[in-house]
This record gives sequence, C-alpha cells and structure tokens, in this order.
Amino acid sequence: MGSAGHGTGQWWAQRVSAVALIPLCLWFVCSLLAMPALDFGAAQTWLALPRNGFLAALLVAVLAYHSYLGTVEVVEDWVHGTAMKLALLLLLRFAYVLIGGASLYAILRVAFGIQVS
Amino acid sequence: MPARIRPLSPHLQIYRWQIGNSLSILHRLTGIALALGLGALSFWLISLAGGAGSYRTAARMFASPIGILLLIGWTFAFFYHLLNGVRHLCWDLGLGYERAQRHLSGWFAVLAALGLTLWAWLALWHFGRI
Repeated sequence: MGSAGHGTGQWWAQRVSAVALIPLCLWFVCSLLAMPALDFGAAQTWLALPRNGFLAALLVAVLAYHSYLGTVEVVEDWVHGTAMKLALLLLLRFAYVLIGGASLYAILRVAFGIQVS
Repeated sequence: MPARIRPLSPHLQIYRWQIGNSLSILHRLTGIALALGLGALSFWLISLAGGAGSYRTAARMFASPIGILLLIGWTFAFFYHLLNGVRHLCWDLGLGYERAQRHLSGWFAVLAALGLTLWAWLALWHFGRI
C-alpha cells in the first residue's frame, strides 16, 4: 500500500505487538501480585526460574517495540519542524535500544545466576 | 496565479466536547506515561541484576511517597491503556462502532481501570507487600 509498498507496516506492527502484550502483561501483573514478597530474595528466585526469565525477556522486548512505535507516532504527529522531529526520532531510537538491551542483559544475568560480590 | 482556495476542515476548537475525544487523548497520554514506566521497569530489573545492595536502594526509591504515587499512576495508566487498547482492536475488527456501544465501552474502560487499580493496590496491601 502506498508508493513505498509498506505504508501499513507500522500500523500493523503496532496492532500485532498490542495483541502479544495482552497475555504477557497479564502474566506479569499476576506474577507480581502472586510473589510471596517483593524483596531481593523473592524477586531473584522468581526471575531465575527459566519460564519467568523467558517470559520477562519477551515482555521487555515486545514492550520496548510497542512503546517505540507509539512514541514515534506521537513525535510524528505533535512535533513540528524537521530538525527537531529528526533529532527526537533519533533520540527515541537510541533510548529504546539502550533500555531494551540493558533490561535483557539484566534478565540474562539473573537467569544465569551471575552475582556481583 | 493566486492559489486556489480549497475547503478546510473546521478548526479544532469548533468541535463539541464528547467523551470520545477525551478518551482518545487519554490513550496517548497513558501511552507516554507507560513509556516512562518502561524505564522504571528497566531500572528495577537492572537493580535486581546488580545484587542485594542495589536492589535495596531501588526498592527504597519505589517505596518513597513520590515512588508510590508514580506506581499508582502507572497502574492506572496500564489498566486504562490495556482496556482502551482492546477497544481499539475491536474497532479495527469492525466491532462496537455504534454510538451507544462506543459510549458504553468508553465509560467501562475508564471505570474498570479505576476499579482494577484500586483492586491491585488493595491486594498488595492486604497481602502485606506494602
């Protein structure tokens, strides 16, 4: 669609990631409420379980993607001036890769039990 | 040659207030709030990977009055964005487009989000987590 042939790409990706986030978010909220405590030991035990680590990694990745698409849309709609718009879009891209990457790395560290003394 | 005068859509201020446009803007605002919440989630995960000391520091920040206020705000933003998002997905499928249905589902999204926020925090309080 459109002359570039992929005009609906972002629209579609936003919906697909939204659908994926429904079960992932509900799982995360239920997990938080079901944790025996919210202290370090309980959180570490919880995230170190393979299933939880895997789902948390998926959640963070899809969340960052969906959030990136949404904030890009907001900037494209509300920010005027090409230079400002480009700068913000670039900043968003860096910020999301940074936050997503750092979160995934943190989950992997807990999953593989790497401890800082 | 002078530019041809083309018809313009009315200025934004001309439109009458309806629940629909507020809910639409609220969807965006909660989305922006949740983008910041993603930063908080990331901060929590990184502090957890950093060990007991850094986790305690992060937990103290989350448990501060400002931290609790932000977390309650994010809880509402999360539930509202989720419910209203489902509403949008239904519209994409061509469901619930009638005026009465839109109003009903809109009010439901707002009130259910408030109720779920209350429920989640009461549950945390009831089980002694906060």
